[in-house]
Amino acid sequence: MGRRTPLYDQHTAAGARTVDFGGWDMPVDYGSQIEEHHAVRRDAGMFDVSHMCAVDLRGNGARALLLRLLANDVGRLTAPGKALYSCMLRPDGGVIDDLIACYLDEKWFRVVVNAGTADKDLAWIREHAKQIGVAVVARRDLAMIAVQGPQARARTGPLLPAACRQAASALGIFFGAPCDEWFVSRTGYTGEDGYEIALPAEEAPAFWQALQSAGVRPCGLGARDTLRLEAGMNLYGSDMDETVSPLESGLAWTVVLEGNRDFVGKEALVAQKAAGVARKLTGLLLLERGVLRSHQKVLAGAAGEGEITSGTFSPTLERSIGLARLPAAAAGQVEVDIRGRRLPARIVKPPFVRNGRALIEL
Amino acid sequence: MSQIPADLRYTKSHEWVRTLPDGSVEIGITDHAQHSLGDMVFVEVPEAGRKLAAGDACAVVESVKAASDVYSPVAGEVIAGNAELATRPELINQDPYGQGWIMRLKPAAAGAGGLLDATAYAAEVAAAG
Repeated sequence: MGRRTPLYDQHTAAGARTVDFGGWDMPVDYGSQIEEHHAVRRDAGMFDVSHMCAVDLRGNGARALLLRLLANDVGRLTAPGKALYSCMLRPDGGVIDDLIACYLDEKWFRVVVNAGTADKDLAWIREHAKQIGVAVVARRDLAMIAVQGPQARARTGPLLPAACRQAASALGIFFGAPCDEWFVSRTGYTGEDGYEIALPAEEAPAFWQALQSAGVRPCGLGARDTLRLEAGMNLYGSDMDETVSPLESGLAWTVVLEGNRDFVGKEALVAQKAAGVARKLTGLLLLERGVLRSHQKVLAGAAGEGEITSGTFSPTLERSIGLARLPAAAAGQVEVDIRGRRLPARIVKPPFVRNGRALIEL
Repeated sequence: MSQIPADLRYTKSHEWVRTLPDGSVEIGITDHAQHSLGDMVFVEVPEAGRKLAAGDACAVVESVKAASDVYSPVAGEVIAGNAELATRPELINQDPYGQGWIMRLKPAAAGAGGLLDATAYAAEVAAAG
């Protein structure tokens, strides 16, 4: 048996099938993954993301700590509540984790890290925090619920505590706001608008029930995966890990190499860029019937070979899509080895879907 | 609780077999199997004329989660694959024992030797938890 979130009983009561995810017993679906997926694209769905770990960084050096630890530049966070997506790197440029960091004030940043990497992340952050004198507080006392979809904010707003309602409705995209013991941010992992809400664990079951009564559909990790893949978002452990750099993972846009700021891994990335990045992470659209799956081999002609890192059937496009790590020179059409058959696929630029609309040509 | 019709025969690998009036057999996957696999998105059925031994992989059912082989419960020659599944794979979820059939086979030998009846299959499913 794995660890259970404060919402575990809600999941089993709703008929969830559970799987192990990063050491946690998590719902994979509540009956139909595809219907849950469509609920998020067309209306509103919610995910228990309490397995992820919110970490508060408190003290005068909080910004300096993140300037050093993150490949993206928290110096750009000047408006209170503004959040930023970044990788945290090893000295050799390998990705320790990807996370979201939110600037609250000069003595308080909050980062949210992945479940499966939380322990090593905390150890790494603490090691650097010690030198700077920043307190690192893992907020395992909080539950987290992501409400996503075109109707997500409208359904959620009235159910928030009075102290949060005004702040939540005023939030710009990729901003967060603390309100009493709650924390509401306009972020997500689906390519739809919505909120991610951290709240005291003991209040989570009642809030989940209220959302469900308001017509927000419970969705499992299965739908979460098809949604994030359509949205062109990487999954740590599948699309990148400690053996690859963000430059080989479609995440160059999250790396700030310019300027004097020295962050862990910068030297390695500068060297990699100077030498020429040999591989790239790109989107693939399968041109025939079948389903792309991770670890399938991709043949890119004279450019060489690569591998699918994430693949699925896209419920929105009704086609199979994936992410693949390919030689940098790969272009146009490739072939994917699916159980011994070579099927044609086209290289496309993610995202595949955003805000309910297809962004690639089928 | 999954449906297990009493008039069919079953395999431990979750296929069902129905003997048709003309002696041919119809084969599909069970309600328990479709439920475990989840929403079907792609089904590859065998071509007519293909000769199969019992236990041969004869079809692939692919759900949002994973691809799984389907094994022929009996030896014989394929009369037809269910072409409808190419465009409507969800029929396996909606009607696993009816419109979701996968193939029809002319069996090499009569009878359903080695197959489980509904009670025995239900016990298998229960034992697997």
